[in-house]
Amino acid sequence: MNSKLDGYLNFQQTTINLLARRQEVLASNIANADTPNYKARDFDFNAVLEKKLKSAANGSASANELGTDLLYRQVIQPSADGNTVDMDVERNLFAENSLRYETSVTMINGQVKDMLAVLQG
Amino acid sequence: MSSLLKVFDITGSAMISQSKRLNTVASNLANAETVAPPGGTPYKAKHVVFTATPLGDEDATGVTVERIQEDSTPPKMVYNPGDPSADANGFVSMANINVADEMVDMISASRSYQTNVEVMNAAKSLFLKTLTIAQ
Repeated sequence: MNSKLDGYLNFQQTTINLLARRQEVLASNIANADTPNYKARDFDFNAVLEKKLKSAANGSASANELGTDLLYRQVIQPSADGNTVDMDVERNLFAENSLRYETSVTMINGQVKDMLAVLQG
Repeated sequence: MSSLLKVFDITGSAMISQSKRLNTVASNLANAETVAPPGGTPYKAKHVVFTATPLGDEDATGVTVERIQEDSTPPKMVYNPGDPSADANGFVSMANINVADEMVDMISASRSYQTNVEVMNAAKSLFLKTLTIAQ
């Protein structure tokens, strides 16, 4: 019944969920910056978002499941203790991800305002 | 479920681990000049060993202190025959602490702690922003 409403907000909802998940992955990397043999992880945001949007469009049940699409980061400067966390890279991505998250929240707020404008005339 | 709340668990575990590391550094620096009692062994430097710990799912990985290891380098032998703790040859055995190493460890630990606080604050502001959706 309300599938139009779902569809209207679905893109930003999926994006926000995925950005929150990425925030978690990047926080794990930063937390483990001093852990020997820890390998920094991340996922291909574009690919995973596309996959999630496709499965949401097909109406398959796996749309909300978190798949195992975590990858390992390429090492720029190898370290002696086997840790692959590069603080500059992680901090950069973390800041960028925060900005994207705030953008998505702003966008979804705009969508809600548009909808209210339609409803209230 | 909520990914952003997990960030608090992750950074929290890292902050606990880094403060333990800072504690061992403080013990080591405090004992830098410790002398062994006659016939005994001196204080040994202690180092934390971090290990990655999954928190729930594979996305969230925190840190814990796996164990605290004693430094295996031999004690510093200082020739000081006047010291009451000196052995028959006039040597005093002192704690095996390298003050420069400990200072480096201290700076590294406090920087990592600060970074995790910043990450936590970023997650907090995002979370609060999320609460304003549709208001």
